[in-house]
Amino acid sequence: MIPNSFDYKKATSVDEAISLLGDDVQILGGGHSLIPTLKLRLNAPGTLVDISKIESLKVIRDNENSITIGGGATHASIAADAALSEHAPMMTQAAKEIGDIQVRNFGTIGGSMAHADPAADWPAVLLACDANVVIQGKGGKREVDIDQFFKGFYETALADGEIITAVRIPKMASNRHSVYVKFKQPASRFAIVGCAVGIEMEGGVVKSARIGMTGVGESAYRAMNVEKALVGQALTAESIEAAVKNVTEGAEVMSDHYASQKYRTHLAHVYVKRALKMLM
Amino acid sequence: MANKISVTVNGKQYTGEVESRTLLSDYLREDLSLTGTHIGCDTSSCGACTIHIDGKAVKSCTMLAVQADGCEVTTVEGLATNGNLHPMQESFKEEHGLQCGFCTPGMMMTATDFLKTNPNPSEQEIREALEGNFCRCTGYHNIVRSIQLAAKKMSEAV
Ligand SMILES: Cc1cc2nc3c(=O)[nH]c(=O)nc-3n(C[C@H](O)[C@H](O)[C@H](O)COP(=O)(O)OP(=O)(O)OC[C@H]3O[C@@H](n4cnc5c(N)ncnc54)[C@H](O)[C@@H]3O)c2cc1C
Ligand code: FES
Ligand code: FES
Repeated sequence: MIPNSFDYKKATSVDEAISLLGDDVQILGGGHSLIPTLKLRLNAPGTLVDISKIESLKVIRDNENSITIGGGATHASIAADAALSEHAPMMTQAAKEIGDIQVRNFGTIGGSMAHADPAADWPAVLLACDANVVIQGKGGKREVDIDQFFKGFYETALADGEIITAVRIPKMASNRHSVYVKFKQPASRFAIVGCAVGIEMEGGVVKSARIGMTGVGESAYRAMNVEKALVGQALTAESIEAAVKNVTEGAEVMSDHYASQKYRTHLAHVYVKRALKMLM
Repeated sequence: MANKISVTVNGKQYTGEVESRTLLSDYLREDLSLTGTHIGCDTSSCGACTIHIDGKAVKSCTMLAVQADGCEVTTVEGLATNGNLHPMQESFKEEHGLQCGFCTPGMMMTATDFLKTNPNPSEQEIREALEGNFCRCTGYHNIVRSIQLAAKKMSEAV
């Protein structure tokens, strides 16, 4: 398969990349979502600006209270990072479950977030981690709360000409627990349903919870009614069963040749329960 | 748009012009006549086109040739050194790790990258490492045995 013709420009810094962006220009990150769409001619930009050689975008930095992951960090480098595995183990766990060795070697977290595939893993995990997105464009830098980032079907808060330069993950306190579980599409390993849970416990009961769901609706979302129902409860089979009843509320549950709407709804319940039981 | 690129493929330097849209798999096969890199699906799924870029496995149908500018590329043709088969190739031969052979180059390229990070893997870990490589002859059991043998040979060699 041969994509339409386009011009190619390699950027060596974020500033240079931003100056090259404009009408009919697209960013090329790891290429593992973009190149397949170019080959299928679902997408035909006039110019690609390659940001994958910008070293500063690949850095994973261990700060006092958070870890900053460069937008160009690959899934494999995230999976191998020691600070993340100590302070945000759900990130490590999810990174290892994306695609396959080859995809993880080149696909990036910034590319995955910008693409916002409804079945991608990072959106659910980042929602549960309470991440912050660092974005840079011609107008300068801004930060977006992860809750405001994923807007809909392949839609995000990114404006034209903006680059995700980093995502910041708060370090987990010792009373926080987290887990990511997914039901995989067996060929691509994308999530048919994925559920990421981060909970904070105090005195044997849930003090706060963040639950990110992916694969279910047109975009990843937080299952806020489940979060609310869990607060103040001890985690037991009964409290979990009662809390997860409306896990798909507010989501337009998808139906496709992998899973019907009914089956997906069922899976969403099974996976959120499974995740919570793992934290009991 | 034509781009000037310079790549090292299996230790040999190549300089030339490629169109931006030329896929790395097509560049290797058509321009450099390195047809050991197979194209099975051309949709990033089967792994037959797996090669190494700076030592890391990638599906070459999912990368532009121009992105390899300045990189070290290794294809299956580059595994053997001075006419001696790589331990991975020897092991595939000894354990009958191939039937029609179509998936074999990709299997070996993924497996050699994998053994770098996990030189002593369990059988389960090997099976997971092959998630991105399909064998239409379904000869997975012998492929796994081949990689187990290669891991053994390679750790004994050090
Ligand atoms: C076989 C296969 C299996 C896969 N399995 C999974 C899976 O199990 N789970 C999963 O979550 N994903 C999976 N993926 C997708 C993979 O994770 C991609 O790497 C990811 O979705 C896109 O990242 P990229 O760096 O390759 O981005 P690209 O493909 O380069 O870009 C994607 C989009 O994001 C834009 N973009 C890229 N980087 C930035 C940036 N820093 N700032 C702003 N915009 C940017 C591009 O312009 C483009 O629109 C799979 C892909 C393949 C090919
Ligand atoms: S030909 Fe590249 S993955 Fe199948
Ligand atoms: S040996 Fe025939 S496809 Fe694997």
